Amino acid sequence: MAKESSFKNMVITLSVICLVCSALLGVVYSVTKAPIEAAELAKINNAIKAVVPECNNNPSEEMMKVEGSVVYPAKMDGTIVGYAIKVNASGFSGPLQMMVGFKTDGTIYNTSVISHSETPGLGAKITGEIPTRTQIVGKNPASSNLTVTKDGGEIDAITASTITSRGFLRGVDAAYKVFVELQKQQQPWEN
Amino acid sequence: MEYIIIIISAVFVNNILLSQFLGVCPFLGVSKKVNTALGMSAAVTFVMALSTLVTYLLQYYVLVPLGIGFLQTVSFILVIAGLVQMVEIILKKISPALYQALGIFLPLITTNCCVLGVALLVVNNEFTFGSDPHMLNLGQSVVYAVASALGFGLAITLFAGIREQLELNNVPKAFRGVPISLIVAGIMAMAFMGFSGIV
Amino acid sequence: MGKLKLIIDGIIKNNPTFVLILGMCPTLGTTTSAINGMGMGLATLFVLVLSNMTISAIAKLIPEDVRIPSYIVVIAAFVTIVQLLLQAYLPSLYETLGIFIPLIVVNCIVLGRAEAYANKNSVIDSACDGLGVGLGFTIALTILGFVRELLGSGSIFGWKFIDGDGILAFVLAPGAFIVLAYLIVLFRKVTAKKA
Repeated sequence: MAKESSFKNMVITLSVICLVCSALLGVVYSVTKAPIEAAELAKINNAIKAVVPECNNNPSEEMMKVEGSVVYPAKMDGTIVGYAIKVNASGFSGPLQMMVGFKTDGTIYNTSVISHSETPGLGAKITGEIPTRTQIVGKNPASSNLTVTKDGGEIDAITASTITSRGFLRGVDAAYKVFVELQKQQQPWEN
Repeated sequence: MEYIIIIISAVFVNNILLSQFLGVCPFLGVSKKVNTALGMSAAVTFVMALSTLVTYLLQYYVLVPLGIGFLQTVSFILVIAGLVQMVEIILKKISPALYQALGIFLPLITTNCCVLGVALLVVNNEFTFGSDPHMLNLGQSVVYAVASALGFGLAITLFAGIREQLELNNVPKAFRGVPISLIVAGIMAMAFMGFSGIV
Repeated sequence: MGKLKLIIDGIIKNNPTFVLILGMCPTLGTTTSAINGMGMGLATLFVLVLSNMTISAIAKLIPEDVRIPSYIVVIAAFVTIVQLLLQAYLPSLYETLGIFIPLIVVNCIVLGRAEAYANKNSVIDSACDGLGVGLGFTIALTILGFVRELLGSGSIFGWKFIDGDGILAFVLAPGAFIVLAYLIVLFRKVTAKKA
């Protein structure tokens, strides 16, 4: 039957169990560490690839921090062709982590939602091919009013998910501000 | 201001029970009478505030600096189990009356997933309370924990009130017990959805 | 016979979801689609089998009074292993299930089986019990996810058969409670006839 519940026995048993479990977890952690990092990197890389023009560098290796946001420059044979900017916006029911890609002239190349916690079937549509996302492609936030039509802008919100759409567009705007800041910091490449 | 938003959001909009499904077992188990429901909510509020405080400190002052984040689940559940035990012993010594009221609920709380759930949520997730997404600081975490527990208490007490009435009604045989309770919970969840979007 | 009966008992007579009504949080929280339900079920199955086996093997060495904390640590360790493995090899599933993976620790099914079965029976029997109950849980979650996905998004295992939206309420919180209620009633009707 079970061992006697003396104080010594109890302390020893619990300590041994904790030690064995921690050791076991340490082993599993060290084995899975590399694949976990690879999976996270793959996710970022896929998001970058989706939002910048074709490039032949590895943007995630050349990341830089601008205004607290992470910027990934995309280069073709050494010349910059665009930037992917990672921003965190507020969605309807939580953070909306997204990647916004700009061409060098400031027009939006594409966007990608990395993670979100929006309502399935409503705000969660933000990950799909919806007007809110396709309408902003090719536009320049400097010359277009990229807000939802309800706020007097030119972008259609997702039906019944205006707050998610607003959050998304605010994220795009935040990314554009980072882009402008980036241009100020670096020598203009157009001339 | 932010604290008010946190409270409204955790109690009504993202009610831990009806929209995040944490703590459904005690919700169905101890909600036959309004009195027991109130006792359970009080015990949960107390333990949740305490455990969130301790696990928050544990996460940021032990696990992160030592780089052993993978022990999070193990250490959090141990802390919660230990705290529950401690609260039980202390309560027995200093306030037998309170112990009598809450005592039987305490052991149940260790396996109440809303306690571990909230402790994990506040250190792993970013929150958006009317501003940009950010991690909660210590004060906000504890307020969030208390507010979540209050939301739990609100839902479980309302639910117990409905169930007391339900006892008097002639429910179809196959629906007696859990199924009809679940349907009531479903309708309540629908009602709580009406709060969405207010913060 | 003996071992097979143990497994089948876990699926039907002791079905954790439809009969024992245990582990409701992940049941309701993760079943927005059939695949998610199945993923959650399989993760729990894995933890259940391993923790049952381990606990039945070490039960005799543990003093009575620290029984529960010891079991919880063992279960938490296996849960963390599942968490790390999913994060490494199935990151998208890991993200969908989110907080419900670490919460397997406090799933009453796992601790319940350790306390009610594994600490009194042999390693093999405990493994079969874990397998049966785990399968029962997985099947229940898959069915629940299937129904919610069918009605809520109009798709079957991700394959969409209608244009546009389904009845959204079924994917959202209220649908979880209501679909589960009807499934329990259905399960009661079917098993009552057999008996």
